[in-house]
Amino acid sequence: MMGIMRIGRAQLRVMDLDTAVDYYTNVIGLDVVGQEAGKVYLKAWDEWDHHSLILQQADSPGLDHFAFKVEKEDDLSEFEKKVEQFGCTLKRISKGARLGEGEAIRFELPTGHQVELYSEIEQLGTKVGVLNPHPWPDGLRGIAPHRLDHVLLTGEDVKTVTRFFTEALGLYQSEQVLSVDGEDMVGSFMYAANGKPHDVAFIKGPDKKLHHAAFYVEHWYDVLKAADILSKHDVTVEITPTRHAMTRGQTVYFFDPSGNRNEAFASGYITYPDFPTITWTEDKIMHGIFYHRRMLIEESYMKALT
Amino acid sequence: MFTVQIVDGQWKDAVFACDGQESLLDAARKQGIKISFGCRGGGCGMCKVKVQAGRFERGVSSKAVLPDEERVLNYTLACKTYPRSNLCVSMEAGDT
Ligand code: FES
Ligand SMILES: [Fe+2]
Repeated sequence: MMGIMRIGRAQLRVMDLDTAVDYYTNVIGLDVVGQEAGKVYLKAWDEWDHHSLILQQADSPGLDHFAFKVEKEDDLSEFEKKVEQFGCTLKRISKGARLGEGEAIRFELPTGHQVELYSEIEQLGTKVGVLNPHPWPDGLRGIAPHRLDHVLLTGEDVKTVTRFFTEALGLYQSEQVLSVDGEDMVGSFMYAANGKPHDVAFIKGPDKKLHHAAFYVEHWYDVLKAADILSKHDVTVEITPTRHAMTRGQTVYFFDPSGNRNEAFASGYITYPDFPTITWTEDKIMHGIFYHRRMLIEESYMKALT
Repeated sequence: MFTVQIVDGQWKDAVFACDGQESLLDAARKQGIKISFGCRGGGCGMCKVKVQAGRFERGVSSKAVLPDEERVLNYTLACKTYPRSNLCVSMEAGDT
């Protein structure tokens, strides 16, 4: 079995599709690649696959589901067994249920979030292509991230959802946050073996909620520039550019027009499956999240969830 | 220009002006009255208040944080509330 390569897509609920598309194309800077009733499909300029973000018209914001791309079609039946062994109910999504996508399996996490695994998806390629490519294409708009990078979710039982990802799905844990007595896990960062510090992360909180969906930019300066672009477009910026000690990334947090939190995330270390898991104690959690201020900068950061 | 009066809580009896173009939240904060907020997009529910008297218009608001049962009772999200008359607003009732 080859296994999971990366987070491949997220489907976000938005309350006004036109406003959302305007924001995700002109402020974030993704490209629209297709649409159907109540849904718009988008991709970042550096992504090869058909789409990485689906916006879905709904009466409340949040995450409909997110999905991991596996390397081989056969992996799906292997994962199907493992997911069912873990005790999660699962269903098959047939080919063509969404634009450009092949078959998928869908199941519910112990935290109530919906996840899919898929292998087959149409490739649209990038404007720079594969032959003697330029480093970036002309005509980029907005923040113009390279890719959808990760999602951070909340859930009551972070320990069990971590066990599910590491045991049933073969992800690795880069970092964890433990209660001071070491009994409870209140934060968990996990990655497929792709070098990224996280594809998905959890912090303790209400089940089924989205904390943020993050897009990858390259450098610290790109985070600053992202914040400039957000201000120019009057977007609500929650946390101005700063450093995470967790993942070592640089960050700015802000909200889409429906109140879903987004992040522009830069750098972060490279990690590998043989690296040990880094542990934070809960009393130092704010050093981990906001390394400079070392405190909760905005109460909304822990409370505003969709 | 309309007048908005806070009827309870930390800002009891505070009065501020809102032209009805700007949201209740933005007008209050500009005038130093700290209604808590997160997304300013009608999605997170952190700015929920209850209008005790007066008329207002409501922008797109999440049904998850502001269900229909609360809408009929004039609960509303300050970031998506636009006065159409003078208002009396309860902040404490919003802390559900
Ligand atoms: S601030 Fe999030 S709903 Fe008003
Ligand atoms: Fe993040």
